[in-house]
This record gives sequence, structure tokens and C-alpha cells, in this order.
Amino acid sequence: MSHETLISALYVFALAAFLGYQVISRVPPLLHTPLMSATNAISGISLVGSIVTAGAQYNTISTILGFIAVVCSTTNVVGGFVITDRMLKMFKRKELVKKE
Amino acid sequence: MQTYFIELSYLLASILFILGLKGMSHPESAKRGMHLAEFGMLMAIIGTLMHHEIVTYTWILAGLAVGSVVGLAMGLWVPMTAMPQRTALSHAFGAFAAALVGISEFYKHGGHVEPLIMGALGFEVMLGALTTTGSLLAFAKLQGLVRGTPMTYKGQNVFNMALLAVTVGIFVYLIVVPGSMPLFFTMAGLAFVFGLLLVMPIGSADMPVVMSLLNSYAGLASAATGFVLSNKVLIIAGTLDGFSGFILSILMCRAMNRSMTNVLFGAFGSAATAAAGGEQEGSMREVGLDDIATQLAYANKVVFVPGYGLATAQAQHAVRELADVLEKRGVTVKYGIHPVAGRMPGHMNVLLAEANVPYSALYELEQINPEFPSTDVAVVIGANDVVNPDARDNPTSPIAGMPILEVDRSKSVVVLKRGQGKGFSGLENPLFFKPVTGMLYGDAKDTLTRLVQAVQHA
Repeated sequence: MSHETLISALYVFALAAFLGYQVISRVPPLLHTPLMSATNAISGISLVGSIVTAGAQYNTISTILGFIAVVCSTTNVVGGFVITDRMLKMFKRKELVKKE
Repeated sequence: MQTYFIELSYLLASILFILGLKGMSHPESAKRGMHLAEFGMLMAIIGTLMHHEIVTYTWILAGLAVGSVVGLAMGLWVPMTAMPQRTALSHAFGAFAAALVGISEFYKHGGHVEPLIMGALGFEVMLGALTTTGSLLAFAKLQGLVRGTPMTYKGQNVFNMALLAVTVGIFVYLIVVPGSMPLFFTMAGLAFVFGLLLVMPIGSADMPVVMSLLNSYAGLASAATGFVLSNKVLIIAGTLDGFSGFILSILMCRAMNRSMTNVLFGAFGSAATAAAGGEQEGSMREVGLDDIATQLAYANKVVFVPGYGLATAQAQHAVRELADVLEKRGVTVKYGIHPVAGRMPGHMNVLLAEANVPYSALYELEQINPEFPSTDVAVVIGANDVVNPDARDNPTSPIAGMPILEVDRSKSVVVLKRGQGKGFSGLENPLFFKPVTGMLYGDAKDTLTRLVQAVQHA
């Protein structure tokens, strides 16, 4: 990793942290559980790294580790998003509840 | 060209993730926000599949298929009451993936990793490993596979700190003198052990903080992976998750008026701290179900205060039924939700939403507290510490200063409780001994169902 790459990565990190703070502090306690499962699903983006590791055939061990990593992070992503959707669907406005 | 396409897909994904989380500021925009984030994830995956280093798709597709099936099964069939366990397990999966990618990256280079990358790689593997085992233990505690009480022994904190110091020591050595495989695997192994040790002394009642912290660590592990692979979307998504978890854990600590250090190393709820609660004057007054039903039926305003007991008794639907019959009689019904009620942030809100309680009826601590003096009956369902007036009145109490739901200010309080035992923190609760308080013992779901019938006949 060159120094420029590191510096630009640090920039991204710092700005994302700042943005994250701004965005997350606006989430009401009502939605804290869906928030946690949503951020968890999003951080399953390590799937991107797992995919390359599993498909690049560096060596057998890397491929095996990569395969397990793909399984784990896909579970994380799919499970996380499905359950977040499921939870959010349950939060209803008063009028909608009465109609049922 | 290909590289541009991949990078563009990552940029798009990053933007969509941020928009998705921004949507979380309101229940109405949250659903659409999540769809944006899901689409972003899909884009990132498609982009990655074009990566020039990929030579075979067999294992990728197999992994995606297996993971999707497991993920779908978990997502569709896990009951809402088990949400904390599911989330803990999911943290473990995500963190384990990050740790494995790190280990594989190290192995690929035969251990000869340049210092800058080694720095990020070490963080990735250590955070990933300790989050994996820590989350698994949290899962086991929440699922009831392991006792929920803190597990402590003499010199625990010293031992944990020493282990952490050794782990970090090896990490620093690897940065300075690269190339040692055995040392690297020792470091990873120690981090796996440390995760267990970190969660061991933490009691069930402190789980909201631990869940948030593990959430944060899992995210930071992903961000570190981003540094190793020079991948911006990983850094952004990981950092968002890391900060979200961090903010949540601070909010949870504040809601208990305790410092992070105290939660992590204080072993709250163990025998040592429980002794601090003094003997209570007076006695608990047990009340009859029919009396309560009459009180509820002729009240103007009723506030339900749910706690973890609501989840264990699966009583969320029964509460809603009771609220329905009361509202039909013209009673105003509200719900007061303490930030640390339950086992993870927002736990109670999700349960009540599942039972079709409209979110406009769910009130936060600051909103509902001024309303208690005008409340006729406050019904406490399986909550204990969050309504303990000692936190407000007794400066020597271990929970002194913790913001509570001031149910004791209402005209009458009914506490639904499984038995006469103390709460998870082991503290005596003076609320139960107050003259305004009546106790209704028994399974919350059963009691509530009988209350529904009694109110209908009142």
C-alpha cells in the first residue's frame, strides 16, 4: 500500500465516521433494533472481499477460507436485510392498524 | 474499463447505503431506505464478480447459495422475541468472515506483509476474531444455553488485561518484524479466546450495551478489511456500522447512568453488588385480578410499561388485546418504553409493533414521564430495574442516577410479575412495597388474557 492510498483511505474513513455520526444520531429509539440489524447487514459488505478470496485460487487454504467467508457474510447480508424488512413492515401508523 | 465499472458500482453502493440509513430517521421512510441499501448491496456484489483476479466461480456461487438459504431461513422464521439472539449470531457471522479474509490475505503473502497493511490486517483479524466468539457467547447467554448471570473469578480483569496486552504485543511485533506464521496464528487464537473472556463477566441485563459494542466491532473489522484491500466501499460501510454501534452503546450506557468501563468490567448483578440493597419496610400487597380489571375498565388513562418479562412470556399480543378492549371503552392507552428495556436497543418497540400496536402509541422515557401524574393505572409488565424508584431517591443505590420511568407517580400501579424474586440486577425494588402498588403474580400472558375477559365483563 502506498502512502497516498493510505491517506486517501484515512480520508474516506474519517468522512464516513463523521457522516455516520450525523445520520445515526437522527434515528429515533423506536427504530434502534431495525437500525442495528440494518447496519449489521450493510457491514456484511465484507462479502466483497470474501468473493475475491474464494474465486482467485491463490492456494487451497485461501479458497477454503474464502468459501467459508462467503457463506458467513452472505448469511449475514441476506438474513440481516430480510429481517430488517420484516421488522419495518410491522411498524404501522394508527390508521393502518385500525383498518385490519 | 472493468475497473471503472467495479469502482462505480462501489460508489453507487456507498451512496445507497448512506441514503438507506438516512431513511431510518422515520418508520415511513425506513422501508424505502432499506430497499435502496439492498439494491446497493446487489450492485456491489455484481461489480465484485467482474474482479480480474477471479478465475473460478464454483466456490463463490456455492457460497452465495448456501449463505442465502441459511440467511433466508434465519430471516423468515426467527420469532421477534428471539431478535437479540439472532442479531448476536449475525454479528458472529459477519465478524468471522472478516477474520477469515484477513487470515487468508496473510497466508497468501506467506506472512510477508508490509507494515502499513499489517497494521490494518492485525486490526481486522483481532476485531473479527474477538467479535466472533464474543457474539457467540452473547448468543448462548440470550438463548439460555449458558447461564445469564455474570461469570466472575478472582483476578479476572487483571488476567483479561494481561491477555489483551500479549495479543497486542504480538501484533506490534508482527508489524516491526514481519513473516512469522506461528506468531500470527497465536495472535488470532488469543483474540478468539479474548472475545469469550470479554463477554463472560457481563450479565443479561447489560446485554443492550454488549450487543451494541459487538455491532460496532463487527463494523470496524469490515472497515479494517477495507484498508487491507484498499476498498473504499468496505471502509465506508464498515465505518457506518462501527459508528452506529458505538453511538448506540453510548446511548445505552447513558440510559443506565453507567460508564462503559463499569458495564464491561464491573460484573454488575453479581453477588457482590447485590448486597448493597437494604431491607425494605412494609410488605408487598397482592391484589385480585377482578379488582384490577375494574380499575382498568373505569380509568381515563392507562400506561403499559413493558420489560424483558414481556418477551419471555411472549405476552405482546395479549397486551395489545387488553389495550383494544380498553380503548373500546374510551380509555386512553399509551406505552412507556425505557431505552434499556429488553435485551437489545429497541427490543420492546419491535415486539409491540409485531403485535400491531401503532408506533404512535409508543412513547420514549422523556415523553411519558410527565404523563404519569395524570395516569390512573400504570401497568408494569415484567420490568423491574427500569421502574425502580431507588435510582431516583436513594443516592447509595448501585443504580443511583439511572433515568427511570416514574410509574410510582401515577395514581395506581399494577406490577405483573412471575414470582416474588428479585430482578436480574438482584436489587430490591421499593416500588413493589409502595402503598399505590398492587402485585399480580403469574405468567404475564396468562394474566393479561384473563384481564381481557374480566374487563369485558366489567
